Amino acid sequence: MTAHVVSAAVPALEVHDLSVAYRSQPVVWNVDFELPPGVLCGVVGPNGAGKSTLFKAILGLLPTASGFVRVLGKGFESQRLRVGYIPQRESVDWDFPTDALDVVLMGRYGRLGWFRRPSKADRALAMECLEQVGMADFARRQISQLSGGQQQRVFMARALAQQADLYFLDEPFAGVDAATERSIIDLLRALRDRGATVLVIHHDLQSVAEYFDWILMLNMRLVACGPTADTFTPENLHRTYGGRLTLLAEAVERLRAAREGRTAS
Amino acid sequence: MSDALPVILVGYLAAGACSLLGCFLVLRRMGMMGDAISHAVLPGIVVAFLLSGERAALPMLLGAGSVGFAAAVGIELLHRRGRIAQDASIGIVFTALFALGVLLVARFAGQVDLDMDCVLHGEIAFAALDPLVAGGRELGPRAAWILGAAFLANLAFVLLFWKELKLSTFDPTLAAVAGVGAAAVHYALLGLTSLTAVAAFESVGAVLVVAMLIVPASAAYLMTERLGTMLLLAQAVSLASAVAGYFLAVRWNVSIAGMMVVVSGAIFAVAFALNPRMRRPRAAAAPA
Amino acid sequence: MDELLRFVLLRDANTVYVVAGTVLLGIASGLVGTFALLRRESLVGDALAHAALPGVCAGFLLAGERRLAALLGGALLAGWLGTQAIALIQRRSKLKDDAAIGIVLSVFFALGMVLLTYIQTLPTGAQAGLDKYLFGSAASLVGRDVAVIGAVAALAAGAVALLYKEFKLLCFDAGLSASLGFPRGLLEAVLMTLLALTVVAGLQTVGAVLISALLIAPAAAARLWTDRLPVMLALAAAFGAASGYVGALFSSLGGSLPTGPLVVLSAAGIFCVSLVVAPERGLAARLLRRRRTNARIRGENALKHIFLIEEHLANPALVSGEDVAAHHSVGVRDALAMLEGLRRRGWVERDGAAWSLTPEGSTEARRIVASHRVWETYLARELALPPDHLHRDAEDMEHVIDRDMLGRLDEELGHPARDPHGTRIPRPEERP
Repeated sequence: MTAHVVSAAVPALEVHDLSVAYRSQPVVWNVDFELPPGVLCGVVGPNGAGKSTLFKAILGLLPTASGFVRVLGKGFESQRLRVGYIPQRESVDWDFPTDALDVVLMGRYGRLGWFRRPSKADRALAMECLEQVGMADFARRQISQLSGGQQQRVFMARALAQQADLYFLDEPFAGVDAATERSIIDLLRALRDRGATVLVIHHDLQSVAEYFDWILMLNMRLVACGPTADTFTPENLHRTYGGRLTLLAEAVERLRAAREGRTAS
Repeated sequence: MSDALPVILVGYLAAGACSLLGCFLVLRRMGMMGDAISHAVLPGIVVAFLLSGERAALPMLLGAGSVGFAAAVGIELLHRRGRIAQDASIGIVFTALFALGVLLVARFAGQVDLDMDCVLHGEIAFAALDPLVAGGRELGPRAAWILGAAFLANLAFVLLFWKELKLSTFDPTLAAVAGVGAAAVHYALLGLTSLTAVAAFESVGAVLVVAMLIVPASAAYLMTERLGTMLLLAQAVSLASAVAGYFLAVRWNVSIAGMMVVVSGAIFAVAFALNPRMRRPRAAAAPA
Repeated sequence: MDELLRFVLLRDANTVYVVAGTVLLGIASGLVGTFALLRRESLVGDALAHAALPGVCAGFLLAGERRLAALLGGALLAGWLGTQAIALIQRRSKLKDDAAIGIVLSVFFALGMVLLTYIQTLPTGAQAGLDKYLFGSAASLVGRDVAVIGAVAALAAGAVALLYKEFKLLCFDAGLSASLGFPRGLLEAVLMTLLALTVVAGLQTVGAVLISALLIAPAAAARLWTDRLPVMLALAAAFGAASGYVGALFSSLGGSLPTGPLVVLSAAGIFCVSLVVAPERGLAARLLRRRRTNARIRGENALKHIFLIEEHLANPALVSGEDVAAHHSVGVRDALAMLEGLRRRGWVERDGAAWSLTPEGSTEARRIVASHRVWETYLARELALPPDHLHRDAEDMEHVIDRDMLGRLDEELGHPARDPHGTRIPRPEERP
């Protein structure tokens, strides 16, 4: 496997032998990689390759069949506040009665604990984050009135407000205009330059080399993970997009059926 | 006319307590779960009446509330473990429990102070006039105390867990990742809904509780884009329904609780007719 | 007892009507409910039923008396209005389906309650028997009522028979159905009409408040028994009929107990039993299968263990019960029991305290070990996993890879001779 060993002090993210075999989710099998701090890593693979599944498993949103994860040297549980997650835009209810500033402010909730209200400092920070993404004028605008690109920017502002060291973004460039895309990538680069590690599920292979310094190529299993220059090769592309590992999928399905008592043994 | 005030008060407190939670049920697309819980508490209530022998002691009512909660959990289990479609899970569990409740009412009709009419639309006039007696003094309608307590409990819940409710409703995955207690809030909401349904039962019956949970909240949802305003408007609709519903029901000599719900339905219809999406039917996602 | 016999043997006209009514209703509900379930419209049936109440009352008020046609016609119209309202609310506001259904259900029902209480104040109204429409009273069914139910059942069965493939496509792939030229809107309207008719037919027997259970539970129970639509339809109809019959039976035995709840509890009972007992998806079946699988796996591991020892030593080894016990961390008695099981299948034989593989056993052991090593090869090649990451995975997979899959894996990998650790991959046709 072309997975580079990270020589820096503490890797930002270590994933060991992670497997997910959960019903109606794409299979993710035996994924093993490390990411150093301060990189902007694209995650690519065909549809159904398990990219979102991988994120959700790392973030503890899906049960894993095996393997474990370490964020900045420790288990995920104890590092929640250092992890930022920006889901796909459709996974959120944009009819919810609230405004843009409030959405950004929600990024601070993880730090507040029960019963406490966001402070003035939190609000000021949220406003600042909106300014950084160019949405300060929309602070009081209802989110249902925002366009897709504006919604994505608000999400980015929320990510900034989370002040995390490790970010997971699920298709942030889907359905946004060119200007928004540029501002998002600038923002992600700024985060990286500050020392955060950013993983981005990305669907447009054309822009991979330009946007990401590291690349993770996934198709049910890890094909490759490393600096883009070495890793994003025609050979690895072929292995990633060259077709489904049907035998793996079949074997995993049989294993799951046997465990759940579904088929006759 | 002196009869009006206690009945309207009880009616408002019931609808108001329900609406506080109902706003979140509607936002979380749990409207039918609210329906299920309000029906599922019936057998618990009948058993509570049977055991306590009188118009419901507090611990017994808590027991009834736990039946509603258990039903909600049962529905989720059936859906997730039993792999039954969600709407079917809801439909089976609550109708079975409700059927059991109806059967118990029919069977023990003589022994408990409950009949079919009560189940269907409550007896708010009677409930509102039944006084709470403590230390030899009459302290006002019993139902008002019970529903007042439910109202305050729900209000406290909504205020204390405002941000947890907001985040887990708007973006449940971020809530889960950030460890913001989404699961606790979810179950607390189910539990409180169950207790509120029990508290409101005497006044409005089992079938109309769902109206009080959902209708004012839905009307409010269509009238505003701010969460705080939505909750206040739902209270306003509850109050208006209680007042107008009472007077209309008295005038025509019909079910008071039923009329209160019909009025709230009318208010909803107006809000619906005027809502901004009326002219623009559901379209695809907004352009970038 | 007498009562029971009277019921079972259908001794009088009334009993015939009751049985016929509830059974026919059950059949119709099962058929229509199956499609509602598959289209995730189960709760719309509930809304329809509750919405029917004001229609019944309005029908009474307009006709001035309790005329069946007016009552049922009113119910049908009100139910239809309810479904239109649900769709309208969803299309023209930000409210979603759960709120739309809940609003229509409860507001219409409240209106029904208002009208009902109004009717009760009228001189003709008192005990117009309309409250029977709430919880059902099969005992009061007469020939005409049964005729209505029968007509609906026949209509439902006829529609299902005629439009079977259209409905099937609509359920499983509505988009495809439309693109193939089937009039999707019309088909959906037909299904909705059947649903409304069934609800209305069920008002007298089971009542508005509970009829939805009859639409949901038999279909959901049938779903647990089969994946195939025709079987599901037949089972749902059968379960519905059984629920109706049992409910009516208990209702007549119990004296004044309303029919509706008893029918619903029967249907729920059938569902619960199915949940546990159904062969493919039932909980008991799953539990049993898991146990059997685990036993099989333990046996296969024992076989494998013996084979591996024999593979490593020059002479056929003397494998004792204690060896197997130690290897598998089980007690000696369990190990011996396991070996006995293998012996009964002809895979091992015993010579005193020593166990060894028979030729059949050897072949089987080879297959398992080959599966293990071929899988390791697959993981190493296709997933590029390092040698120390392979074993645990293969330990699990070796028990689910059958001969056919092994052949395909072998083919794909080009018949490898050795696994990534360098160990030979045994072939079944080799001599031990």
